[in-house]
Amino acid sequence: MSEVQDYGSRLSDPNSRKMGTFSYLPELTEEELRSQVEYIVSKGWNPAIEHTEPENASSHYWYMWKLPMFGETDVDAVFQEIEMCKTANPDNHVRLVGYDNFKQTQGTALVVHRATIKA
Amino acid sequence: MNKHTSPGKYSAGVKEYRETYWEPNYTPKDSDILACFKITPQAGVPREEAAAAVAAESSTGTWTTVWTDLLTDLEYYKGRAYAIEDVPGDDESYYAFIAYPMGLFEEGSVVNVFTSLVGNVFGFKAVRALRLEDVRFPLWFVATCDGPPHGIQVERDKMDKYGRPFLGCTIKPKLGLSAKNYGRAVYEALRGGLDFTKDDENVNSQPFMRWRDRFQFCEEAIEKAEAETGERKGHYLNVTAPNIEEMYKRAEFAKEIGTPIIMSDYLTLGWAAQASLSRWCRDNGMLLHVHRAMHGVIDRHPKHGINFRVLAKMLRLLGGDHLHSGTVVGKLEGDRAATLGWIDLMRDKFVAEDRSRGIFFDQDWGQMPGVLPVASGGIHVWHMPALVAIFGDDACLQFGGGTLGHPWGNAAGAAANRVAVEACVKARNEGRELEKEGKDILTAAAKHSPELKIAMETWKEIKFEFDTVDKLDVAHR
Repeated sequence: MSEVQDYGSRLSDPNSRKMGTFSYLPELTEEELRSQVEYIVSKGWNPAIEHTEPENASSHYWYMWKLPMFGETDVDAVFQEIEMCKTANPDNHVRLVGYDNFKQTQGTALVVHRATIKA
Repeated sequence: MNKHTSPGKYSAGVKEYRETYWEPNYTPKDSDILACFKITPQAGVPREEAAAAVAAESSTGTWTTVWTDLLTDLEYYKGRAYAIEDVPGDDESYYAFIAYPMGLFEEGSVVNVFTSLVGNVFGFKAVRALRLEDVRFPLWFVATCDGPPHGIQVERDKMDKYGRPFLGCTIKPKLGLSAKNYGRAVYEALRGGLDFTKDDENVNSQPFMRWRDRFQFCEEAIEKAEAETGERKGHYLNVTAPNIEEMYKRAEFAKEIGTPIIMSDYLTLGWAAQASLSRWCRDNGMLLHVHRAMHGVIDRHPKHGINFRVLAKMLRLLGGDHLHSGTVVGKLEGDRAATLGWIDLMRDKFVAEDRSRGIFFDQDWGQMPGVLPVASGGIHVWHMPALVAIFGDDACLQFGGGTLGHPWGNAAGAAANRVAVEACVKARNEGRELEKEGKDILTAAAKHSPELKIAMETWKEIKFEFDTVDKLDVAHR
């Protein structure tokens, strides 16, 4: 059995903040992200993009990037919007939401870009 | 319209039940409450007579005719046995289907319905054993019950958790920790990545840890873990108490300190108290986790008692946001198909009759919110692929020993579970088969998570393979 290790999460370290689903996994590669977008559209959910300054990430409401992409099923179109949002908001976290209008909630929400956090 | 007919002359004495209560040509009405009983009769009692006796004794009948029967419209008020079916693989018992008219019951009263359906009839001499297998609640009854204080969607929004199952952990040892040490265990599990921790059901307010101290230390643990991780957290503060006044006192204090969720034990607390607490939770924006201590006494015997699917429906009507459902894969009882049946009954809007899952009736829940099934007991990271496959996203997976027993402590144990659940959800979304590829998925995820790697080494060999006692009725067991 290995030596006991410390769990390195700190109030003082902004990098200890997590952001929901998949934030405990390594950042998704483009190919992996593509599968997740395909999953969202295959469920019939409406993709939507949100972003925030890292220090405000714990709020329920991030900034909405334009409007949800109702009825969009083209994965490339979703990727394009994510890139536009990232470029326009370079120091922001960006997340992708899949709105499920039948359950009246978000089917999923995942951070697709983690901003670099300056110490 | 029914023609007004005289009930005829009064004749005293004992009649055979089937003369009045067996109606094989009856077509159940949408407004009827329907019940399916498994009857094991005494030797020599014909099937129809026993079925009719159950219908009579759980509705209007008594052992002898009384003159006041003639002052009411018994034709309307009586329960009717309308069908009998063989139990697959069982020569001794059979199913009896009984319809009860709406006028027999108080609107919105689960207590009233079950006082009839599982009342005196369960001690009745003509039956050797009796089990209530399923109940169809008509929409009028569903709509007159409060139901869950919030439901799954509202809980997701309040807790900001989407696209994956919730993760929880029951704090152990169940009894004996001081409030401050207990809060430490809560803090460590939450900072490591769990959404919830839980009071054990028998943690109430013992001398070693009074409730108020526990509530305060746990709330501090929640708030610090939230600040540290940036995620929303909760701890099910158990308000189950010796009396209702005390229960409300604890609930009010939980609200005062701003905690998001409390818990109760609906069978030991009592159904009326559960309905009241649930209503209080809706009025006060508090989520309500519900434990099911004592259910095994009621639901485990295959020939006597009440099937858990009925207890689960009952809780959805009484009100609760979470309910323990069994895990299928852990240390506790649970037939897979039957468990799948009742987790759907907890959370779906409409559940169709499906005998392969033990569901005897269509059940329409109207607009009533769903209850989040909670899988808890003897599960660890190796069970994660199966749990995600079985339960999907709308569930809370609770790892007690599977978090706290990690060689590096609670935070590492929590992180291991969080990485495992996210890896499984990611793989499922990619179209991979979790139960077949579980080992590969976890092994790949462990490359980036030393906490998961150690958890997998620690629990690799543990399996629970006792046979299920309460199985579905099938021809070949």
